[in-house]
Amino acid sequence: MDGLTSAVVPLLLAAAGVYALYNNVDVFPAFLTGAKEGLHTAVGILPTMVGMLTAVYMLRASGCIDLLGQALAPVLTRLGIPAECAALVLLKPVSGGGGLALGSEVMRQAGPDSYAGRVAAVMLGASETSIYTISLYCSHVGLRRTRYALPAALLGDLAAFTASAFFVRLLF
Amino acid sequence: MLSWIWAAFLVLSFVCGAATGRLGQVTAAMAAGAGQAVALLVSITGLMCFWSGMMEVISRAGLAGAIARLLRPVLRPLFGEASRDAQAMEAVSANVTANLLGLSNASTPIGLRAAERLYAVCGGRGAPDAVLTLVTLNSASIQLIPSTVAAVRASLGAAAPFDIMPAVWGASVVSVLAVVFAGRVLRPVFPDTAREMEKHSRK
Repeated sequence: MDGLTSAVVPLLLAAAGVYALYNNVDVFPAFLTGAKEGLHTAVGILPTMVGMLTAVYMLRASGCIDLLGQALAPVLTRLGIPAECAALVLLKPVSGGGGLALGSEVMRQAGPDSYAGRVAAVMLGASETSIYTISLYCSHVGLRRTRYALPAALLGDLAAFTASAFFVRLLF
Repeated sequence: MLSWIWAAFLVLSFVCGAATGRLGQVTAAMAAGAGQAVALLVSITGLMCFWSGMMEVISRAGLAGAIARLLRPVLRPLFGEASRDAQAMEAVSANVTANLLGLSNASTPIGLRAAERLYAVCGGRGAPDAVLTLVTLNSASIQLIPSTVAAVRASLGAAAPFDIMPAVWGASVVSVLAVVFAGRVLRPVFPDTAREMEKHSRK
C-alpha cells in the first residue's frame, strides 16, 4: 500500500512528461504558463487566508472552538470524527479558504501525521465548498428554487466527513 | 453569508474571550494569525505552482479531452433526457474532467456553461433535474490529486504528504454516491412546482 501511493505521483509526472512530448507539446513553456496561473491562485487566496486564519486564531484563543468541539463531540464521535475537526465540519461547506485555514491549524496543532491531523486533511481533500457552489451555479443560471440541491449536497458533505474518518482509521 | 459568519467569528472571539478571561491571548492571536496566514501560503505556493504547471502540460497534451470522452457514457445515465444534447454533455464531461484533475480555475467557467446549456435544453424554466444533478455533482469533490492539502501537509513536516490519497479517493467516492443517491430519493419530495403547474394548466 505504502509503496503504491508513493509511486503514484512520480509515475504520473514521468508519464505526463513522456505523453506530452509524444503529443508535440512544448513542455516547459506549457509548464510555466500553468505555474504562473498557480501563482495567481495563491496570491488571490492570500487575503481570504489572512482574514480567515486570523479570525480562526482569535476564536481558538478565546476558547470558543474548544467549547464548540465539546458541544458537538457527542454527535461527531458517534460518526468517528475527532472533536478537533468539529469546527471544520461547519466551516468547510461555506468557505474554501476558511476551511483550508482551519484545517491547516488542526494539522499543525495535532501534527500532520496524527489521527485528527489526517482526518482534517482527508476532509479538506474529499469535500467541496458545497453551499458556495450551489449559490454560484443557481444564481448564474437564474433558478428561483433549488429544490433538493442543498439537502443533497449537505448529505454529501456529511457522507464525505464520516467516510474521511472511516478511511483514515481503516488505512493508517 | 460569509460576511455574517466572519463577523460572528470576531464577535464570538470577543464574547468568549471576555467570558473566559483570555482577551489578552485573543489580542496576541490576531497578530499571530495574520502572520501565520502569510507563512502558510508562502510554504504551499511552490507546490501549488508546480502542480498547476503540470496540469497545464497534461491538458495541452490532450489528456483532458481523452478523459472527457471516456466519461461521457458514464455520465449519460445521470442526466436523463438532457443527455441527448451533444453540446450539453460535452460541457458536462469537460467540467467533470477539470474537477478530476483539480483545475479549479477552469472547471467553474466550464461548469457554469454546462449548467446554462442544460437549463436551455430542459426548456429554460423551473428547476430541472439535469441542472440540479450537475450542481450537486459539483458540490462534491472528485479531485484525484489533493495537491493543496498535500502541500499543507508537506509544509508541516508530514512524513509522506501524499499518503492520504487513497483515503481521499475512498471518501470522495462515498460522497459522490451519497449526492447522486440523495438527489434521486429527494426528487419526488421536492417536485418541480413550476413545471407541475404548467402541466396542469395544459390539461
